[in-house]
Amino acid sequence: MLNHLLSVWLVALSVAAAIPARAMEAPPLAADPVLEARVMVIAEELRCLVCQNETIAASQADLAVDLRKQIRVKLAQGQSQQQILDFMVDRYGDFVLYRPPLKTSTVLLWVGPFALLLVAVVVMTLNIRRRRRAGQPPGLSADELRRAQQLLGEPLDPKHSVESTPTS
Amino acid sequence: MKLFLSKRFLPLIIFVVMLGFLAVGLGLNPREVPSPLINKPAPSFTLPTLGSPDKTFSPQDLRGKVWLLNVWASWCVACRIEHPVLVELAKTGVVPIYGLNYKDKRDDAIRWLGNFGDPYQQSLSDTEGLVGIDFGVYGVPETFVIDKAGVIRLKHIGPVTPEALQNTILPLIRKLGA
Repeated sequence: MLNHLLSVWLVALSVAAAIPARAMEAPPLAADPVLEARVMVIAEELRCLVCQNETIAASQADLAVDLRKQIRVKLAQGQSQQQILDFMVDRYGDFVLYRPPLKTSTVLLWVGPFALLLVAVVVMTLNIRRRRRAGQPPGLSADELRRAQQLLGEPLDPKHSVESTPTS
Repeated sequence: MKLFLSKRFLPLIIFVVMLGFLAVGLGLNPREVPSPLINKPAPSFTLPTLGSPDKTFSPQDLRGKVWLLNVWASWCVACRIEHPVLVELAKTGVVPIYGLNYKDKRDDAIRWLGNFGDPYQQSLSDTEGLVGIDFGVYGVPETFVIDKAGVIRLKHIGPVTPEALQNTILPLIRKLGA
């Protein structure tokens, strides 16, 4: 029991020791949590140009740190999210936006996948129709039916003949 | 014609088209993001010069000249690759080169120029990197060609190679009438 208490105490101690250590690693976040949350909302919308597949919110690249700082400064100056996004686009182009705007140069990007899907659906429908038609069992011609009757020595059901299968 | 449109060749045609797309894609450099600043006036700024921090410089001082703005830093490894090219270019005197010393320490920057040579008319200390942000800098080194009216005409991302200099930058400078 004493052992158990001791281990709980040790865990609590180590957690307590870890918290201030973490806080020291990331000082800029502590200043104003509300402002920081707004900074992060905007930073999530922006691509880090150094690492390209990360947002400015997630990236630890030097430039991302600087741009987060810029967002913070501009928010503190009272600028809107749109103003800040425009500021970034003016400098880095549409590429900096994780949600590219719909323009003539980005139409293919936005419409392309749906157009491909449409083409795929049309091709699939045509294919299915053709297979359904081809899938029907071919009937026997009149000659074949006669030969089959000869071989079997008994009259065959006429429904196996071509005449009775209108589709072929 | 009918032969090629037949179903037998359709997969081959799709394959060739895909191959074309991929071949073009392989040739592109994803790190080169087109800058929205091309053909726009260079952002204005006033920065202390590296040599004497009490003196300032702004791009307006160079109206009527074609000039290069080269973004560099002593911590930038790729800058060492392009540096001899810039030093050679400076010797020819074809075009004045100004350096934007991006997010660097002054002592380190001066020592670096001492070691590798100084091709710059002046280097400007952008310690905070704010002018860099205005120029849309994201990968040092970067080089801008700015014309007589103060308009950015070219942005070269990454080290200036002798090929890029001969094939792109110098012809443009000649065209702009340096």
